Amino acid sequence: MGFDQYHEPPEELSAATRTFARLCASLTEEAEAIGWYQQRLAVESDPEAVAVMRDAQGEEFKHFCMDLELLLRRTPSWREVAEGILFQPGDVVENGEQAEAGALDGAGAGADGAYADSSLGIGSLRGAA
Amino acid sequence: MNHLLREKAPLSDAGWQLLDDEARERLAPALGARKLVDFSGPHGWEHSASSLGRVKKLPGAPTEAVTGLQREVMPLVELRADFALSREELRDADRGAPDADLGPLDEAAGEIAMAENIAVFSGWAGALPGIAERSAHEPVPLGPSADAYPRPVASGVEKLLCAGVSGPYGLALGREQYRRVVETAEMGGYPVLEHLREILEGPIVWTPGIQGAVVVSLRGGDFLFESGQDLSIGYDSHDADVVRLYLQESFSFRVATPEAAVTLTP
Repeated sequence: MGFDQYHEPPEELSAATRTFARLCASLTEEAEAIGWYQQRLAVESDPEAVAVMRDAQGEEFKHFCMDLELLLRRTPSWREVAEGILFQPGDVVENGEQAEAGALDGAGAGADGAYADSSLGIGSLRGAA
Repeated sequence: MNHLLREKAPLSDAGWQLLDDEARERLAPALGARKLVDFSGPHGWEHSASSLGRVKKLPGAPTEAVTGLQREVMPLVELRADFALSREELRDADRGAPDADLGPLDEAAGEIAMAENIAVFSGWAGALPGIAERSAHEPVPLGPSADAYPRPVASGVEKLLCAGVSGPYGLALGREQYRRVVETAEMGGYPVLEHLREILEGPIVWTPGIQGAVVVSLRGGDFLFESGQDLSIGYDSHDADVVRLYLQESFSFRVATPEAAVTLTP
């Protein structure tokens, strides 16, 4: 218990960094849950229980992806690396090395906290009227 | 650095923040179409076409033993509004001046927002079809007096219901029609705005650029705005006196359900 998602004294961290750390902790927990369900599914023989657990694991997939997307939106340099790796064909390690090198070149990363594509970030305005 | 070349501009980080904030502030109220249609993306500047999920037959194939089809796509369009700002004004903003003249940016934001609204609702000849021209329903006249607007709006909603298009519904109003609505009360003093909201069960949206009004369903899946590069400010050039910038976006727009909108003519 406590606030062990922080590695440094929380009072010395900005609100944005504390939120970032919370999201990272959530991401880790969702990944752990996905792994746990995978193990349970591997040993469970009751089809009804399997169906429920598979549904629950799908929820964790969603939560993991939502955490990841928000972190990537708020961290352009991370997003830049991710764009070179996620959903890309070819060798994963090679893609990773190239993406990392591209990001470290400082090409277009901008300040973390801005929009990764340098846009104004307006997007959909449904519900704003 | 990406194609917007922002890092090449003679602007401080605070200056860019000021311009981005100003642009957002000006654009958000005026982008009426985005408040009523489905939005996907942004998919990036490199995104050039939307998949239509359709094919067309080809006259032949490389060999006689095979058949060939070609996928159909809708190319994205680009909108760009150029503007120039005084470098002296931007230097003053860096010094803390709260009233720097950003008028040219404001005008460009208004223009590009209006252009987007027109493209979505009225169409863009040779580029993409708008909601009004694709609508499957006969237009309904609004009439000159705003206190009578509830009748044509209700008629529009009824047409959608008859076509099996469920709500809630939204209403895009041109500038003149919006002004009339907000300043008018019906007999008995009931605001027209409130009456229209009750009919629609959805938003009434100020949509500069359109003439008249359009009733649309907000159930989703009927009007598809696909963003390539979302609205961004890019750098063009500068001299000793001014920095030349531009607002830009790329997008496509499709009407999936022509029955899901009714135009109300002024």
